Amino acid sequence: MSVAASTKVTPPARVITTKPRVSDQIFRAIVTVFSFSALVILSLIALFLLIQGFSTLREQGFGFITHFEWSITTDDSGKEVAHFGLQAMLIGTVIISFLALLLAVPIAVLTALFLTYYAPDSIKKILVTVIDLMAAFPSILYGLWGYFVLMPMAIYWAKLIHKWLGWIYIFDVPQPIFARSPFIASIVLSIMIIPIITSVSREVFSQTPLDRVQAAYALGATKWGMIRAVVLPYGAGGVVGGSMLGLGRAFGETVAVYSVLNIVFRPNYQILFTQGGNVASMIIQKWGEAGKSEVSALIAAGLVLFILTLLVNFAANFIVSRSVKSGR
Amino acid sequence: MISNAEANNQNGTQMSEQQNAKPSSLSDVAAKRAEHKVAGGTVPMGTGLEARGVHAWFDKHHALEDVSLDFSAGTVTALIGPSGCGKSTFIRTLNRMHEFIPHTSMAGQVLLDGKDIYEAGIDVTKIRLQIGMVFQKPNPFPSMTIGENVLSGLKLAQLKVSNHEELLEECLTRAGLWTEVKDRLGAHAGGLSGGQQQRLCIARALAVKPKVLLMDEPCSALDPGSTLRIEETISQLSKSMTIVIVTHNMQQAARVSDYTAFFLSDGGPGQMIEVGPTNEIFSRPRDQRTENYVTGRFG
Amino acid sequence: MSSIVKPTKPWAASPRDRAITALSIAISVVVSFAVVAATPMKGKLAYAFIFFVSWIAIDSLFAFYRLGVKGVRNGLAEKITLIGALIVSAAVFSILWTTIYKGTKGLNLAFVTQTMREASIFDPIGKGGILHSIVGTLILIALSILFSVPMGILTALYLTELKGRASALIQFLVQAMSGVPSVVAGLFIYAALVLTTPLRSSAFLGALALTILMVPTVTRTAQEVLNLVPRDLREAGLAMGATQWKTVALVVVPAARSGLITAVILGVARIAGETAPLIFTIGAFDSINWNPVKGESASIPTIIWRGLLGGSPEAVQRAWSAILVLLILVLLLFVAARSLGNRAMKK
Repeated sequence: MSVAASTKVTPPARVITTKPRVSDQIFRAIVTVFSFSALVILSLIALFLLIQGFSTLREQGFGFITHFEWSITTDDSGKEVAHFGLQAMLIGTVIISFLALLLAVPIAVLTALFLTYYAPDSIKKILVTVIDLMAAFPSILYGLWGYFVLMPMAIYWAKLIHKWLGWIYIFDVPQPIFARSPFIASIVLSIMIIPIITSVSREVFSQTPLDRVQAAYALGATKWGMIRAVVLPYGAGGVVGGSMLGLGRAFGETVAVYSVLNIVFRPNYQILFTQGGNVASMIIQKWGEAGKSEVSALIAAGLVLFILTLLVNFAANFIVSRSVKSGR
Repeated sequence: MISNAEANNQNGTQMSEQQNAKPSSLSDVAAKRAEHKVAGGTVPMGTGLEARGVHAWFDKHHALEDVSLDFSAGTVTALIGPSGCGKSTFIRTLNRMHEFIPHTSMAGQVLLDGKDIYEAGIDVTKIRLQIGMVFQKPNPFPSMTIGENVLSGLKLAQLKVSNHEELLEECLTRAGLWTEVKDRLGAHAGGLSGGQQQRLCIARALAVKPKVLLMDEPCSALDPGSTLRIEETISQLSKSMTIVIVTHNMQQAARVSDYTAFFLSDGGPGQMIEVGPTNEIFSRPRDQRTENYVTGRFG
Repeated sequence: MSSIVKPTKPWAASPRDRAITALSIAISVVVSFAVVAATPMKGKLAYAFIFFVSWIAIDSLFAFYRLGVKGVRNGLAEKITLIGALIVSAAVFSILWTTIYKGTKGLNLAFVTQTMREASIFDPIGKGGILHSIVGTLILIALSILFSVPMGILTALYLTELKGRASALIQFLVQAMSGVPSVVAGLFIYAALVLTTPLRSSAFLGALALTILMVPTVTRTAQEVLNLVPRDLREAGLAMGATQWKTVALVVVPAARSGLITAVILGVARIAGETAPLIFTIGAFDSINWNPVKGESASIPTIIWRGLLGGSPEAVQRAWSAILVLLILVLLLFVAARSLGNRAMKK
């Protein structure tokens, strides 16, 4: 035989099909339909907010987001003249949310590390339960507590900060009124978002692959050395994801912020001073007495808030998926 | 070395004379190794590792009973035995990794150069620098590059080294990986094959200059080609350090080790049944149970 | 030969280590009191701050002596993580303690059995109660469960069992939906239904708004729990010739049952205290409204909200007592979730 046996012919792969039974087809159809409910609801939210807020957006144009004035007046002919500009509240939202994140993330990560690697079993169980419970506290509870309990203490801290660091612009105040300031709102917000960041971080840390942990210890690492070399790189993506979840929550927080913040329609960078606001609490503040045009404007504001939080979530997912690809 | 082990053989039964005549390929391999072993190679560091009366418990479960073994400097000792007989537990008592499992306890002593590593007040991280470990599943740090992985032990221990590149090349060469990765030291460790990753882990363990290297079934997750390369590495390394290797593969034990210790658990705690020069264990074991295992009657 | 060897843990903290720790803590306490007395620093913050600085300093000295620089870093890390945990614990403890302390003052039988139909917010405690809001909240919860559990669990099933082509999209959308602010959920229902249909404020609308917030929580938790069910179980079902839906219904879901219940309870806990969405959708009412689809209604969160805005000391007191009731409700839900889960798992 002259032709060597090395000419193998690999048959093409067979296409595998199956005809699902009717009950399965129905099952799949039902499940699929209900799952698209998320898509439907989100689109409906955007749609209706857009429709109802449309008149405002059409009138104000892009200035809705960039202008600072929010007022309704009647001019001489009795016609209503309205200016609706969200900029001040958008700035306020960003200030208190990021400040809250700045306070919350270190504390949450430290707590998560403590729970995963340092706490004795009994304490760990109690603390984990307590933190999970904390995540379920209603916002209004934080509002009540923030106003009646935290604020007196926070005012004292604010005065202290002002005394020593008041030469820096953001810690200075035009008048010595420290109650209901962005500073206090940030503290309340940070306590609100700590549980979720802690939970996510703890979950990620506890899933650190044991073989890498052992490798670090076998090389003579101390516990902190092991955490730095293995746990933190592994968990970084998860921590960032959890933080962005917290940020999203902070962006939309309403009643808690309303209780401890004096809502004034002017951007205020001096966080110790009693002026500030965020979009969500502003909507609540103005809703009670809003006339038709203002209702439309507030709904449009809700749309802006909705898009903002959507963007934050989008960014959160992007960051997490990127870190999953590399560091893991 | 054997004197300690003989004290444990009170339950062993005597071997039949027929054993000497039985053809045993394992013993041939082991005998060959004994011939090729360069007596005296490079002077190894320290006086070796010694376990005295080591016991181990998981909670209340007594997993390991009264193991005494002396690992002379510059030798390779294989620990063999069926699954669950305590070999891995024992090897983890040698570098104090056993204590990381919650609710464990131990008894006995482990002496490195004559000093008990379980002494109160000792810095355990320093011990682990001198007694390194390579695990069954290769575990390089994925967030670090190849070069960073090798040097990670130094960073963790805050050791200062004058010339990083030199140390990198030396460790990777000793681990048999240098030629394959020398042009991509900045690449991530995750892109290497299983065998390469394991050799990287060996290089990483070598970077902190241990006196003893413990290997817990280092080849069981690898293909035969990588296995042979690592066995070559082990032979080379044994010239300058003491090696203890747990293995399920008796041929491997015969190929690489000078001494072999046989572990067995008969439902109770694991015990070390017999220890001796490898070619003797495989050709003329003194205990019936050892003979049954090495001839494949069980396990 | 039985072993008379006793198990030991040579790695555990020796009495000497423990003595050193106790000593450094004691010294630090003394130092903190001394410094506070001698300098103008005052307040709980000052005590805590000086205590920790002093403790870290003393402990670092010991650590450096025994273990070198890396020992100091290790000890520092240990203490700083402890401080983080203490801060969180202090916050939670303060919230719980305040609620119990202030809330119990206004708590009496009338409070939970009467409504505000014949009382005003200025009336002293003992007259009027929050029964209507309790009923309102329970109705809201029931409706929300009705709407969101099918959506939530079926979506989770799509993601874990069907793994259809739209999975990535659905996953992303569920995550996006979980970020919808509560205010927006309320605004949406208002914009979509109140402005366009004859529907007016009612518990039904409130439940719809709460559903938007509840579905993502239920879906996410259900998904995690369903993914925990080992693949072998599904394969065992399918290998026996069962259809997919039978496998899911009779094998997977029962295996995950405790987790799914937990998912629902977590969803409920999430929405039980929500205020903002209800402000736009349920209005206000001073007595019980049993009709969920018609007429304004009350809920515990909105009652508290109005109490907070009301300003009179009686209103504030009622608010604290109401929040205590709400907290007890949330606590009961939690305990129910845990015990149900544990019981199902022990079977």
